[in-house]
Amino acid sequence: MKDDVTSREERVENLKGMGCSRKRVEDARFTQGKGNYVDDIKLDGMLFGDFVRSPYAHARIKNIDTSAALEVPGVLAVLTAKDLEPLGLHWMPTLAGDKQMVLADGKVLFQGQEVAFVVAEDRYAAADGIEAVEVDYEELPVIVDPFEALTSDVVLREDLVAEDGSLPDGAHGPRKHHNHIFTWEAGDKDPTFDTIDAAEVVAEETMYYHRTHPCPLETCGSVASMDKVNGKLTLWGTFQAPHAIRTVVSLISGIEEHNIRVISPDIGGGFGNKVGAYPGYVCTVVASIVTGKPVKWIEDRMDNLMTTAFARDYWMKGRISATKDGKITGLHCHVTADHGGFDACADPTKFPAGFMNICTGSYDIPTAYLEVDGVYTNKAPGGVSYRCSFRVTEAVYFIERMIEVLAIELNMDAAELRRINFIRKEQFPYTAALGWEYDSGDYHTAWDKALSTVDYDGLRAEQAERVEAFKRGETRSLMGIGLSFFTEIVGAGPVKNCDILGLGMFDSCEIRIHPTGSAIARLGTISQGQGHATTFAQILASEIGLPADSITIEEGDTDTAPYGLGTYGSRSTPVAGAATAMAGRKIRAKAQMIAAYLLEVHDDDVEFDVDRFVVKGAPERFKTMKEIAFAAYNQAIPGIEPGLEAVSYYDPPNMTYPFGAYVCVMDIDVDTGVTDIRRFYALDDCGTRINPMIIEGQVHGGLTEALAVALGQEIAYDDMGNVKTGTLMDFFLPTAWEVPNYETDYTVTPSPHHPIGAKGVGESPHVGGVPCFSNAVQDAFRAFGLRHTNMPHDHWRIWKTANELGLHDMS
Amino acid sequence: MIPAAFEYYRPKDMDGVLSILAEHGDDARVMAGGHSLIPMMKLRMADVPHLIDLQDVAGLSGIEVDGGQIRIGAMVTQHDIIDHADLTAAAPILREAALQIADPQVRYMGTVGGNVANGDPGNDMPGLMQCLDAQFTVVGTDGERTIAARDFYEAAYMTAREDEEVLTSVTFAAPKGGYAYEKQKRKIGDYATAAAAVQIVRDGDICTEASIAMTNLSDTPIYSEAAGAALIGTMVDAAALTAAVNAMLGDIDPTEDNRGPIAFKKHVAGVILRRAIERAWSRA
Repeated sequence: MKDDVTSREERVENLKGMGCSRKRVEDARFTQGKGNYVDDIKLDGMLFGDFVRSPYAHARIKNIDTSAALEVPGVLAVLTAKDLEPLGLHWMPTLAGDKQMVLADGKVLFQGQEVAFVVAEDRYAAADGIEAVEVDYEELPVIVDPFEALTSDVVLREDLVAEDGSLPDGAHGPRKHHNHIFTWEAGDKDPTFDTIDAAEVVAEETMYYHRTHPCPLETCGSVASMDKVNGKLTLWGTFQAPHAIRTVVSLISGIEEHNIRVISPDIGGGFGNKVGAYPGYVCTVVASIVTGKPVKWIEDRMDNLMTTAFARDYWMKGRISATKDGKITGLHCHVTADHGGFDACADPTKFPAGFMNICTGSYDIPTAYLEVDGVYTNKAPGGVSYRCSFRVTEAVYFIERMIEVLAIELNMDAAELRRINFIRKEQFPYTAALGWEYDSGDYHTAWDKALSTVDYDGLRAEQAERVEAFKRGETRSLMGIGLSFFTEIVGAGPVKNCDILGLGMFDSCEIRIHPTGSAIARLGTISQGQGHATTFAQILASEIGLPADSITIEEGDTDTAPYGLGTYGSRSTPVAGAATAMAGRKIRAKAQMIAAYLLEVHDDDVEFDVDRFVVKGAPERFKTMKEIAFAAYNQAIPGIEPGLEAVSYYDPPNMTYPFGAYVCVMDIDVDTGVTDIRRFYALDDCGTRINPMIIEGQVHGGLTEALAVALGQEIAYDDMGNVKTGTLMDFFLPTAWEVPNYETDYTVTPSPHHPIGAKGVGESPHVGGVPCFSNAVQDAFRAFGLRHTNMPHDHWRIWKTANELGLHDMS
Repeated sequence: MIPAAFEYYRPKDMDGVLSILAEHGDDARVMAGGHSLIPMMKLRMADVPHLIDLQDVAGLSGIEVDGGQIRIGAMVTQHDIIDHADLTAAAPILREAALQIADPQVRYMGTVGGNVANGDPGNDMPGLMQCLDAQFTVVGTDGERTIAARDFYEAAYMTAREDEEVLTSVTFAAPKGGYAYEKQKRKIGDYATAAAAVQIVRDGDICTEASIAMTNLSDTPIYSEAAGAALIGTMVDAAALTAAVNAMLGDIDPTEDNRGPIAFKKHVAGVILRRAIERAWSRA
């Protein structure tokens, strides 16, 4: 079994370990249509369930008549809240400490809300059954504006008002009004206000980060199968956190947790949309218990856009103060957060506004204060982190717009303003005014690299010429230079301050090495397209010296995988990736003892080298990991148990803080509002890079979703609470046609506390991309007096900006 | 997105189609590419108990370019148009327009007949056919008749075709001069925010003929005779362009939707028409 004919370089190459652009092992099946998604699951006798949904945004339900529906051929049952009430399942807990109706209990609070669940032999019969259910609604006044909600007499949630009219505390403390959910504060109010009041320069701005939606290609769905013989429930679903779902199902159904098996099969994108629990999941479980047959529920696109978790919807009011030469002294942010009819945000329990308190961004701001008010309205519930860590996209958009507005106030270049306020390399670990401890960073190096690569000064000169040409009437096109520098906060998180429903946000990895030197590793996370089967095998290959191609990665089956909190908020690499490395090191420690025994030397006299242990000073004497694996199962070694397995549960000591520098160059047709992205440069620093090709793919994807949000993607409501953007005709999902070429670049600043120094990257490009695209649009009009205009920057809103600035009068 | 139950028919000839239409009247609809009708059925906005698929009916496909006359069968797809060299040589505006319709997958299925017959104001072919002064041939139990594209559209989804008639082909004279189909849309697959079809004939420095039609700016396509007239006899200079745009703006009647409010749409319609005329003139 000696294979020392290969050079060390070849041995490293054979491993396909960290740093290698290993091709994604998942793609063979995904590109051939061989994936196995929830809707691909077909079981004998499986039934299909679907919802009667409310056409109204706010209405009392006077009666539900299911008799005609039950006459429809193929319809077996119609569940309403009355049927679920005896089981205590007509409401369910949300991840945010609120509760949500599973089926409408007396009223509806948003358009598309689940009113009744029709169970039928197939989805066609279910659709006909839905048509036949007669619901008698009494319309109520609709509130879609959170500011109106906070002054309105209309009570949206009667269940949260005591009989004497008083307001019991919510999950996050006192409530100011019957439509108010919580107030959450961070930082020091008085010192911040004093600083701002006394400052030489203050810039103020109010911005609306519009409601949008993660819109994964695969919509949400589940298949529940209750085996009444052995009492076991199997639940397949689009779950970004299968283990947490198992615990939640057990807690609300009373079925013991060992009798529940939750499986997340292949998931066609999540982006936060699949973190929470939805009424459909509960209804398939109940329907399977009631009928004794497997029951499937799958959303269509309109259901998905209208009802399952939205993102953003933050009204942000900011004040930023500085000295007259541009050194920032203080920051104040107030958010009015529209959570819809139920507070179903997916955030760690102690953070009802997520990590919005990262809103001091990448800057050394001595004093800051944040206050967030959560509000109920007649919109769909949600508030998930769409391709970002918890509310980080909102935070970064806020600070990156405030920087631009301050630059205008100071009449200063926005790149220079950033530079003089960055946290300096030597300040890390850096404790920000709002409490977070940034692990590592080198912002100036990244910024200088970005600006020099794009020839920033040259771009500004070209832009100035363009403005002059425009004023002379020689062109109708303006040029915008979008800048953004972002710091993410990912890898939730340390159990001491991060939990969801009381479950600590650690993660896990369990490794079994097989006798012939291949392995399987199972994790508590679940890939939704991130390529875990590829990258986690690479981490292990480097840690244990077996080729990545010989390592299977498995996730998503709670009967086999170790407990973990799942995949969202870029937590897989920071948390489960660390668990993988730590479990690998346990394997390696045991392998070292075995190697020493086999080589007849002391444990301390061997050292790990790529794929083997060698005797120190005698490299010709070695045992490969493959040989060691075989010995672990076939040789009696005194004092060492047979086998080669390890498990690690990793509680991260801190979050990780990836960062990046982005530049967008955009041309804007002033007369039509059409934008053309000429150049997009993205420098990401995600610490140690595991697979550069996957990083590049993640950056492309995150930027494309950023482009979507910045330039047109929104969930818009009319005054009656009707969703205006419920199909892909009006909800902007970019195709290759709309996407520019992206230039990617990097620096490497490893995380000092992560076992392999990796920080996570999947969400960075979205977090940094949205303000970059938006800043490009706004920058194009800076010369004509624009301070701020809200996203999304679709054609007509850009046209409106130009129109209001008088730019159409010149044509 | 599940349609109500319906009967599916796939007759081999037009007599078969017409007899089903005669039997079921309003309850029957013919389907060409199905890319408008099927989504409407799935949304249960169209109730079609009897669906007649035209794909096996002989004689509805084929593009004929014969001397100065062009005939396009109702079942010809947008892709067929893009791919047809003789047609592109004779009437290049068709290819320019078809390339701006939806995406390749839709263009493989979507047909000229369905596009013009459905009466959807968002469709691009109706305005284009008005610009070309095309004739639509429809057949019913009483035989064939032709209807001018410029007379065909009455309101959204309401046309001069009777319920029991089937549109079988589109014919028009090969256009002369310069052309342009200019369309602004939010993204691939979208209907136009505004679109303009322009054919223009030039004699020396003077415009001698001009035909202009606009898409998705009213509840029907808008053939703006006045806009064309504003160009005829001019050198298509700034004043003529402004006159044509103003004439067009008098004919359209856009409504507010997610693409934007009326003022924006009118402004963009003007810009798009101006650009279409300039491009057509440069090619004339």
